[in-house]
Amino acid sequence: MSSVYALLFIVATIVLVIGLARKIVQYAKTPAPLKIPTTPAPVTQTGVVFRLFREVVLFESLFKSTKWTWIFSWMFHMGLFLVLLRHVRYFIDPVWLPIQLIQPFGKYAAFAMVAGLAGLLVRRIFVDRVRYISAPSDYLWLLILLMIGMSGAMMTFVIHTDVVAVKQFFTGFWTLSGGELPMDPILLIHLTLVAVLMILLPFSKLLHIPGVFFSPTRNQVDNPRERRHLVEWARKFEES
Amino acid sequence: MAGAEFKTPELSEHIEVPELVEGTMEHITCFVAKPEHQTDLGFPGEKVENWKEVAIDKMGDLLSRYRSFQVFMDACVKCGSCTDKCHYFLGTQDPKNMPVGRQDLLRKVYRRYFTFAGKYFPKLVGAADLSEEIIDDWYSYFHQCSQCRRCSVFCPYGIDTAEISMAAREILDSIGVGQKYCNEIIGKVHKIGNNLGLPGPAILNTLEGLEEDVYDEDEVAVKYPLDVKGADILLVTPSADFFAEPHVDGLIGYGKVFHEAGVSWTLSTTASEAGNFGMFIGSYENMRRVSLRIREAALELGVKRIVFGECGHAWRIAYSFLNTLAGPFDFLDPDYPVPQHICEFTLNEIEKGTLEFDKSENDDMSITFHDSCNVARASRMGDTPGGQFEIPRKVIKAVVNNYHDMEWDTIHERTFCCGGGGGLLTDDLMEVRVKGAKPRMSAFKNVMEEKGVTHLAAICAICKSQFTKVLPYYGMDMFQIVSVHQLVSNAIVLNRKTPPEEAPDYGDDD
Repeated sequence: MSSVYALLFIVATIVLVIGLARKIVQYAKTPAPLKIPTTPAPVTQTGVVFRLFREVVLFESLFKSTKWTWIFSWMFHMGLFLVLLRHVRYFIDPVWLPIQLIQPFGKYAAFAMVAGLAGLLVRRIFVDRVRYISAPSDYLWLLILLMIGMSGAMMTFVIHTDVVAVKQFFTGFWTLSGGELPMDPILLIHLTLVAVLMILLPFSKLLHIPGVFFSPTRNQVDNPRERRHLVEWARKFEES
Repeated sequence: MAGAEFKTPELSEHIEVPELVEGTMEHITCFVAKPEHQTDLGFPGEKVENWKEVAIDKMGDLLSRYRSFQVFMDACVKCGSCTDKCHYFLGTQDPKNMPVGRQDLLRKVYRRYFTFAGKYFPKLVGAADLSEEIIDDWYSYFHQCSQCRRCSVFCPYGIDTAEISMAAREILDSIGVGQKYCNEIIGKVHKIGNNLGLPGPAILNTLEGLEEDVYDEDEVAVKYPLDVKGADILLVTPSADFFAEPHVDGLIGYGKVFHEAGVSWTLSTTASEAGNFGMFIGSYENMRRVSLRIREAALELGVKRIVFGECGHAWRIAYSFLNTLAGPFDFLDPDYPVPQHICEFTLNEIEKGTLEFDKSENDDMSITFHDSCNVARASRMGDTPGGQFEIPRKVIKAVVNNYHDMEWDTIHERTFCCGGGGGLLTDDLMEVRVKGAKPRMSAFKNVMEEKGVTHLAAICAICKSQFTKVLPYYGMDMFQIVSVHQLVSNAIVLNRKTPPEEAPDYGDDD
């Protein structure tokens, strides 16, 4: 059984890395022929970095829009971020100091993550406008993430699994030394869903993760009067 | 169908988010372009036989040429942030007028033909085969978007429905189903030089009339020159400024400002149109062809600067795209930005102290300012972000005593579109225009009641035409919409008098 999971995670990692890399290359290669930042926009590259920082870390635009969605999604994303950082300890030995320091926050961040997801799910079901735009996959993603979060929190706070063995299993990936995964049902559910998420991410709306960095309305400098912005395919008109 | 009866929405005190009512606007279909309108722009004259194939190919082509389109198709997480932001949704309750609802009309086809999940699990991700019904939906609902970008302000990924509407219209054009209003107008610009198809002599006649009117009133010979070689400034203004009310009062104002500033300027018959509907249909090529007329005129007349009159989408193209489409403008005076907005020019003169105003001339009015969508969210004025909000307000405040802003969540980057932008300013879309104007009309009505405001000032030809038509539907007066430079024109003191020996003789031959 452990080797099945080992294989699953190798496949999941490969699909995730290659799938995401392909999309990132596609976004990077596709030209943006006109300057279309949503204004007021920064007039320098540094300003753009700040704008993207605020967008990615603080969800600035969503904050302007609806406070409830902002609260729920920010709790979820920041919770997930801390939880992920905490999980780094299962892949390295010795554990880096920052990861050690984050440990207590990372543990309780799971509650923020689950609460945020629950809020988003309730909103998706009960706000008629959001219900209208939701496909089955939109609910499924929330459910998958909720189950990942809850199964993880269960293992942290209720029914502990043998984390030392789990760590040996995953560090074994680097060293090819192998290791046995504890056959706890909650752990197996947790890991299966994580692998599913990793595999589906490059084919789903989770592409908003790379997408936000490539969004021309957010990442362009507002300087069109100072500089021409000609892309390759538009150049052919100039020549004719 | 066009001209059908409809009910004007009730105005509300705040932005009220209505319940969804499906299909309230699916009967909307604007007139389809005739074959000659299509072929003039390089599109097929009639719906092609293999439309499905052509549409999908075109979508693929656009996905590979526009990063915005590709990223926006992928990145939406259906968070709902945009769902209550579109004025057309707020005025119609139709869920397909929610920005994401509109985008999904295209996105479901994108997913079906261009994504793994949509190819193999269409039901799961809401993907759909392209069908006649979907084409009908596209034609209807992508002509209920004014490309105002309000949704893009609130989207956490900056998804801009304007970009998606442009792509959809380009796909529709490519299969031979274009919109009459836009495509006919673009053809007129290519052939004659402006949206209204006004030939040079008609423009000249109008301008002479304006000179006469101003002289009659102020006894100062303010010139409205056309095609004057060697002038310093080329003024490019929407052709509506030549005859429509209150646009023409703005044009009179530009002339008075230039007169008092003591600069030489000219209009051009070649570039007698600031508007560029090529953007509305998403066609880079048509947008470029229209833009090149401005370059041509500037070279032909040997001007040193280009200034744009009051026009919203036009200013977006002028500010954001002109340099790219028709530049480089290295033959112009490098001390001035290319192009400049008339408000930038006027404020600059005000700050230099060259203009004198008698604000009391505007005391019969109390003004509020409508931020035109494409000026607010797709361009800038001045050197700092947000100059597009401050500069027109500074100009207004320099010439009026009574000024009040509308509610904070309906101005600046949150401004509501007039309801007639993006190629919708046509009578066959009157229902969309009236309903879409509801949020702006509400905010205006509120500032009238709370602050005693009487007039709405705008810097966009489309806004002005739209409000003239729509204000009466909401029980207000069509003359409540004014041009910003009309206010300037009212207040400006003409100190550069005309000596009696140079007084023009207009006679009374007409």
